[in-house]
Amino acid sequence: MKRDIILAGVGGQGILSIATVIGSAALEQNLSLKQAEVHGMSQRGGDVQSHLRLSDAPIHSDLIPLGGADIIISMEPMEALRYLPFLAKDGWIITNTVPLKNIPNYPEMEEVEKALAKVKNLVALDAEAMAKAVQSPRSANMVLLGASAAVMKILEPEKLRDGIRRIFARKGDAIVDANLKAFDAGLEFSRKQ
Amino acid sequence: MSQKQLLLGDEALALGALHAGLSGVYAYPGTPSTEITEYIQGHPLTAERGVHCRWSVNEKTAMEEALGMSFAGKRSLVCFKHVGLNVCADPFMGSAVTGANGGLVIASCDDPSMHSSQNEQDSRFYASFALIPVFEPSSQQEAYEMAREAFDYSESRGIPVMMRLTTRLSHSRSIVEGIDNSAARTPNEMHFPANEVQWCTLPVNARKRYRQLIKDYAGFEEDAVKSRFNSLTEGPDKSLGVIACGIAYNYLMENFPDGCPFPVLKISQYPFPKELILKLAGMCKRILVLEEGQPLLEERLRGILPHGVEILGRLSGALPRTGELSPDPVRKALGLPEREGCAPSEVPAPRPPALCQGCGHRDFFTALNAVMKNYPKGKVFSDIGCYTLGWLPPFESFTTCVEMGASVTMAQGSAFSGLYPAVAVIGDSTFTHSGMTGLLDAVNEKSDILVCISDNLTTGMTGGQDSAGTGRLEAICEGLGVPKEHIRTIVPLPVNYPEMERVIREEIEYHGVSVIISRRECIQTAKRHAKK
Repeated sequence: MKRDIILAGVGGQGILSIATVIGSAALEQNLSLKQAEVHGMSQRGGDVQSHLRLSDAPIHSDLIPLGGADIIISMEPMEALRYLPFLAKDGWIITNTVPLKNIPNYPEMEEVEKALAKVKNLVALDAEAMAKAVQSPRSANMVLLGASAAVMKILEPEKLRDGIRRIFARKGDAIVDANLKAFDAGLEFSRKQ
Repeated sequence: MSQKQLLLGDEALALGALHAGLSGVYAYPGTPSTEITEYIQGHPLTAERGVHCRWSVNEKTAMEEALGMSFAGKRSLVCFKHVGLNVCADPFMGSAVTGANGGLVIASCDDPSMHSSQNEQDSRFYASFALIPVFEPSSQQEAYEMAREAFDYSESRGIPVMMRLTTRLSHSRSIVEGIDNSAARTPNEMHFPANEVQWCTLPVNARKRYRQLIKDYAGFEEDAVKSRFNSLTEGPDKSLGVIACGIAYNYLMENFPDGCPFPVLKISQYPFPKELILKLAGMCKRILVLEEGQPLLEERLRGILPHGVEILGRLSGALPRTGELSPDPVRKALGLPEREGCAPSEVPAPRPPALCQGCGHRDFFTALNAVMKNYPKGKVFSDIGCYTLGWLPPFESFTTCVEMGASVTMAQGSAFSGLYPAVAVIGDSTFTHSGMTGLLDAVNEKSDILVCISDNLTTGMTGGQDSAGTGRLEAICEGLGVPKEHIRTIVPLPVNYPEMERVIREEIEYHGVSVIISRRECIQTAKRHAKK
């Protein structure tokens, strides 16, 4: 079994923390993993993406081939659309619905929503409001991770929770709990869809 | 106990170097190489063993410092991005002549597709130019193992070794196994070269040494034929032979999950093993060359392969001439059917990087633009760093950016040609890297230029590394001979715009070398400091 995931967003939105949690869980489960990150100039408010590949067999390429991604997890709705050619036709998009408008020519939200609605398997959620609702306003990324856990398959939700516990442990129990709550809120939302 | 860890390619190389008994890393930050040095800086073995890990002023000083450590018998690592190799080309070429005493490994990280760079030069050309062997890992695991072997190889053959990484490996994370900190090799004791003569490159010595180096190079090639990192794998379908260099091997195998039907020569150690290439050409009449970066091997094969062997690659048009490889163009070159995903969407607008909100460069450019509006014949020359983003809207504050330090010197050349006002904008770290020497030229020439140092107290673009001149920029400029009254300091904040504009105007009106230091901490490092 393999899961190829594209993490998308805007520099500074915390997509690498999602990757770190998944990576920790994958390492613990003895899965193969490759994760290509974007560092440098693009991190300054530009579009960023990370290719995250998980498999129970060896993985060759650090990059996902076209049409190979099972899931796109995006912190920003327009960014979710940027990588469609990488998404398998039966793949999932899990996206935050709150736009980040740091460019003058950001398209009309209606157009973005229309384009997203065409995707066969879509989970769109206001991750920021949901993070606030569980008193963890900075954990929108964990809400999204939770929402994707329902379709992750290769890693059980509990393994991802363990990943959160390990990654945030040094920040204290309160932070761990806040992130777990955000994760569970996303997972619950996704399961109800 | 042996462990496994998730590591970036950069980190795997760094850890391999530490475990090889490293005594010092010398580097200047540059994407995608920065994480090598940062990993060493943060590793417990570094503190325990007193490994040198402070950033150097530029790549040339780094390379020379590392060469000095090698001369003294210890193992040293130099790291930089590909264009850093241009900055240190002189000592790099020289190091092939001196040879290495303690193991000397040069990690040069190329950036095909120019994710964060101004060109896509391929460091393997430099290595071949200098007659220096190259190790080019295809995975994080290989990066770790090769770093260890590269040091042994450098020491046993008495030659510096290049490790060439590209962005995709530098910045991709994977599992590295067999990590054991307690098995790290003990660093060398100081000991000087048995043959010190070749370390003084007077013509009389260099001529002799160069002939020896050419002989040695033939031996390096024999080593590459036997290397465990180079392998020729048979395949049933001889209609095509594939040569896959470094990370390109992964893109080949990605397209054949059940194994490649063609004979494959995987190359990760150079000089390239001619013997293995000829063996492959003996089996196949068509050869596809997959290499990340520029078509080095494809070009050279033309002089080696027998007549009638067709060579496919970036030059033949089988692969794109520019940009990094990925599974899909390689798939096309292999003649396999294209893969298809969801239809692309027209909706997303480009989202280029931009200066951070609250960044001091923003306020500086705003004030500079307001003044330059009154000098429509003037030109602004800029440089490499975050502030290069000031070329983009809404600022569009300058015309040129070429390489580290060129703002000061190009302003000077244009001023001599009659341009007024000629203004240079350079960051603090870029100024100490390569701007100071140009400023001395300007002072000696009494050039009519204004140099603006946009000082954010850090090396910002690469993530906030220490900047070599922090706290001493005024003293440096004064020492270089800029008149004290024409070294002005401003604080880039909206509330200060009138004052900033007045100072900029005054120094443009002064006909001589003047320096304005626009100083406010990088917003990113300030946030980090506030958290602590």
